[in-house]
Amino acid sequence: MKRNTKDVDESARRISRRALVVGAVQLGIVGGLGLRMQSLQIKQADQFRLLAEENRINIRLIPPARGLIFDLNGRPIAANEQNYRIVMVREDAGDVGEVLERLTKLVPLDPEDLARAMEEMRRRSPFVPVTIADRLTWEDVARVNVNTPALPGITAEVGLSRVYPWGADLGHVVGYVGPVSDYDLSRIDDQDPLLQIPKFQIGKTGAENKLERRLRGTAGTKRIEVNAVGRVMRELDRKEGNSGADVQLTIDARLQSYVQARLDNESAGAVVLDLENGDLRAVASAPTFDPNMFVRGISVANWRDLNENKYRPLAAKAVQGTYPPGSTFKMVTVLAALEDGKVTPEETVRCKGWVDVYGTRFHCWKRAGHGNMNLHDSLKQSCDSYYYEISQRVGIDKIAAMARKLGLGIKHDLPLSAVAAGLAPDKAWKKKVRNEDWRIGDTVNASIGQGYVLSSPLQLAIMAGRLATGRTITPRLIRAIDGVEEPSGLGEDLGLNENYLRRVRAAMTDVSNNARGTAYRSRINVPDMKMAGKTGTSQVRRITAEERARGVTRNADLPWERRDHALFVSFAPVENPRFAVAVIVEHGGGGSTIAAPIARDIMLQALYDGEPPLDAYPSADRGRIAEQQRKIRERVPPGSKGQDRA
Amino acid sequence: MSYLAYNAKYVPTGFRKLMFMNWAIIVLLTAVAGYGFIMLYSVAGGSADPWMSAQIKRFGVGMAMLVGVAMVPIWFWRNVSAVAFGVSVLLLIAVELFGAVGMGAQRWIDLGFMRLQPSELTKITLVMILAAYYDWLPTDKTSRPLWVLVPVMIILFPTFLVLRQPDLGTALLLLMGGATIMFLAGVHWAYFATVFAAGIAALVAVFQGRGTSWQLLKDYQYRRIDTFLDPSNDPLGAGYHITQAKIALGSGGWTGRGFMQGTQSRLNFLPEKHTDFIFTTLAEEFGFVGAFALLILYVLIILFCVASAMGNKDRFASLLTLGVAMTFFLFFAVNMAMVTGLAPVVGVPLPLVSYGGSAMLVLLIAFGLVQSAHVHRPR
Repeated sequence: MKRNTKDVDESARRISRRALVVGAVQLGIVGGLGLRMQSLQIKQADQFRLLAEENRINIRLIPPARGLIFDLNGRPIAANEQNYRIVMVREDAGDVGEVLERLTKLVPLDPEDLARAMEEMRRRSPFVPVTIADRLTWEDVARVNVNTPALPGITAEVGLSRVYPWGADLGHVVGYVGPVSDYDLSRIDDQDPLLQIPKFQIGKTGAENKLERRLRGTAGTKRIEVNAVGRVMRELDRKEGNSGADVQLTIDARLQSYVQARLDNESAGAVVLDLENGDLRAVASAPTFDPNMFVRGISVANWRDLNENKYRPLAAKAVQGTYPPGSTFKMVTVLAALEDGKVTPEETVRCKGWVDVYGTRFHCWKRAGHGNMNLHDSLKQSCDSYYYEISQRVGIDKIAAMARKLGLGIKHDLPLSAVAAGLAPDKAWKKKVRNEDWRIGDTVNASIGQGYVLSSPLQLAIMAGRLATGRTITPRLIRAIDGVEEPSGLGEDLGLNENYLRRVRAAMTDVSNNARGTAYRSRINVPDMKMAGKTGTSQVRRITAEERARGVTRNADLPWERRDHALFVSFAPVENPRFAVAVIVEHGGGGSTIAAPIARDIMLQALYDGEPPLDAYPSADRGRIAEQQRKIRERVPPGSKGQDRA
Repeated sequence: MSYLAYNAKYVPTGFRKLMFMNWAIIVLLTAVAGYGFIMLYSVAGGSADPWMSAQIKRFGVGMAMLVGVAMVPIWFWRNVSAVAFGVSVLLLIAVELFGAVGMGAQRWIDLGFMRLQPSELTKITLVMILAAYYDWLPTDKTSRPLWVLVPVMIILFPTFLVLRQPDLGTALLLLMGGATIMFLAGVHWAYFATVFAAGIAALVAVFQGRGTSWQLLKDYQYRRIDTFLDPSNDPLGAGYHITQAKIALGSGGWTGRGFMQGTQSRLNFLPEKHTDFIFTTLAEEFGFVGAFALLILYVLIILFCVASAMGNKDRFASLLTLGVAMTFFLFFAVNMAMVTGLAPVVGVPLPLVSYGGSAMLVLLIAFGLVQSAHVHRPR
């Protein structure tokens, strides 16, 4: 078949026409593509560039090293310890099971941890390091490092973990750190991104908690590049943070350790206050707990033991516990009366063993009565009747005001978890809180530190300190932060009549130095270190008439929780007071027999800055004291590390 | 038959044919392929292996085949059109049967040195048979319904087979390529207008029917459409790829992030970065300028093909050239529309740039046909 030229040309022209149409459509589509590219790559370029950067760049925080805590003499009481752990990267390990088997021969591994690590490795991407074992010793890590060729995928990492070299002895003061919990986050208003780091450690109690912001430091950051599945490709840059501030406390760790040892198994609290500057040299509560246990993660059994112990080891009794101050309150009552002019130092009140107040009989602790009592004798022998009488003259409001002036019933600002305010009751308080009128009987009860009056060992030590110096001593727990010293706690003059104060001090001196004083057996036998004090035995229950009739008034006959609290407040040396000590032994019995010897031993330890010579003690006690000192010397407090406590 | 129908005394012979080839197209093809090599080097993280060196070898083989095909007179190719089409359809059926026997979704046949995808081969043979059909058909019969039905069947049969594989991208290319040749051959406007209107109506019906008792697609198919229309609906699922592709493209900006500096591709945020999505890497690293330059190269190839076709009085030759050009256009247009988020992800490679043997060889053979048409055109 031969085609004619006309047909061919016609056909070619038609194809050309249609080709132009198709070409036009194609150009339109190409134009559309070009516009799309222009829109994505030029108009929205910045936005997509940002998204690309967000894709690839992760910002990771570098946790700062936590500030250290030292005692007064620079001994570390909260330190950071290098902590070795072994991590495994699955993709580098090859045969995971075999590598772990070899590892088990080198390092003691908990099968439970191992199972958990295996599970985590299965779940996560093969390049994610998974912790196999934590808190290993340097020896273990060294063994692993030597065998690296046989352990593909295994590396040892070093981190910092908190350690408390003094263990239980400073548990209540420093507190402890722990991982941030949801509860922490809901409770504290803190936007610090560090808190979002899993397992980041923050202070949970004690100074660790109260000084958290200073100790924590600020986070560093590093920007890392990750790929689509999250593998870290490289570090782009890094900005180091600042480690936390170092804190020096006023606590003398050795003295504190001694006090804890001396309180031993009692349920007790004791405070040593330096009268030159208000420094708290020891704030001890017994029984105590080992904060290291919490950092490592406390076991359920240990936690139950702490919680169910009737002596409440977790309560910081020295600052948090409040007790009726008993006879140690008598200085407050008498000073209020003296300052108000309702009684003179020499004026006597007759004690016949009881006082009847509008039909209610109030007994003196001495059934037979003390006879005629003035200020000096009433304090020395702790006669109750004298105070029943003078308190009615001065009234509760003046007594409460004097209590507050001397540091009772007010909250002292300390960086500790729970600092109790105690209670110096007055008429307004009772009306407001109880909605009842104040009765005269309440005043009589309060005059000897019973009834509504409550105070903590800390407050009693402050009271003793203020009486000894006549100045507004306020307690101080932080000596310095980052080398910057905190203001001294030695305050203004209290504005009390110096003559009255001298009278009270003289009476307190006789309490433990006069043969008829209630704490004569706990005297200090060194002429220029004489100790002044006041005993207290506060009831936690009323002695019922029936009990009185049966004769059940001896403590030993009662169950522990109903026995009297034993208290002693003191300062020394009498002439030039340097320390005030307050001791409370919960349900311990008599202040003179239980609390006073403890306070005396602590006072001597503080005065001699270490173990005192035996001849500082009354000669009859020296054999017993020598034995006691030996026991304490040999004691290792729970959770402590001997070599770090030097 | 038609060699003798023309005055062929100027047709070159022997190696002189080489000089009469359309060298502009050869140069452009090489430029595009070279661009591809650079990108394959980049996505391999600065390494010739595993992709670039293999791709260069294939390009060499492909170029040799192009020249070989170009040396053979165009009328030979027209005469074997029907056979070639038949063979490719048989291969498609063979693949379909292998799949049925349980070899999985196998789209290719192993030839030893390469894997041949019959669906790729069909892209040229369909163009060939349609061009041959309209060369044979007297022009006055072109628009008669019966003679329109024949090429429609020719197009739909392989399209149906490919769709069953399932390979939606290739099916779309076959359908649109075939339809374009029918249009070019002079089939009446009204047919196209009718099909177009019917298509629109079907689309409307699909969307209007959603959620009613006569809904036309399955729910998951609607969800796929939703994802295409708004990838952010499903940022970690199917929408993830297209979102990441757009981020890569967009972050390129005017001049790109620099060779081998594209974070989206280097850090594996991009899917299929050496095959279907290679354009995103290119656009990320070389920016709008680089991406647009590639587009210009493609357009130039089309233009030279169209110019060659319009200068060729032979009906088969010009229809074949335009058909190949259209197929080529569909390749890159669909791919670019897909990676820029204008079209759903259907799995069409970027021609001559994406890593892959079949597509490149088939395209180069197709351009060999174009060259043959150019060399052996009546003068």
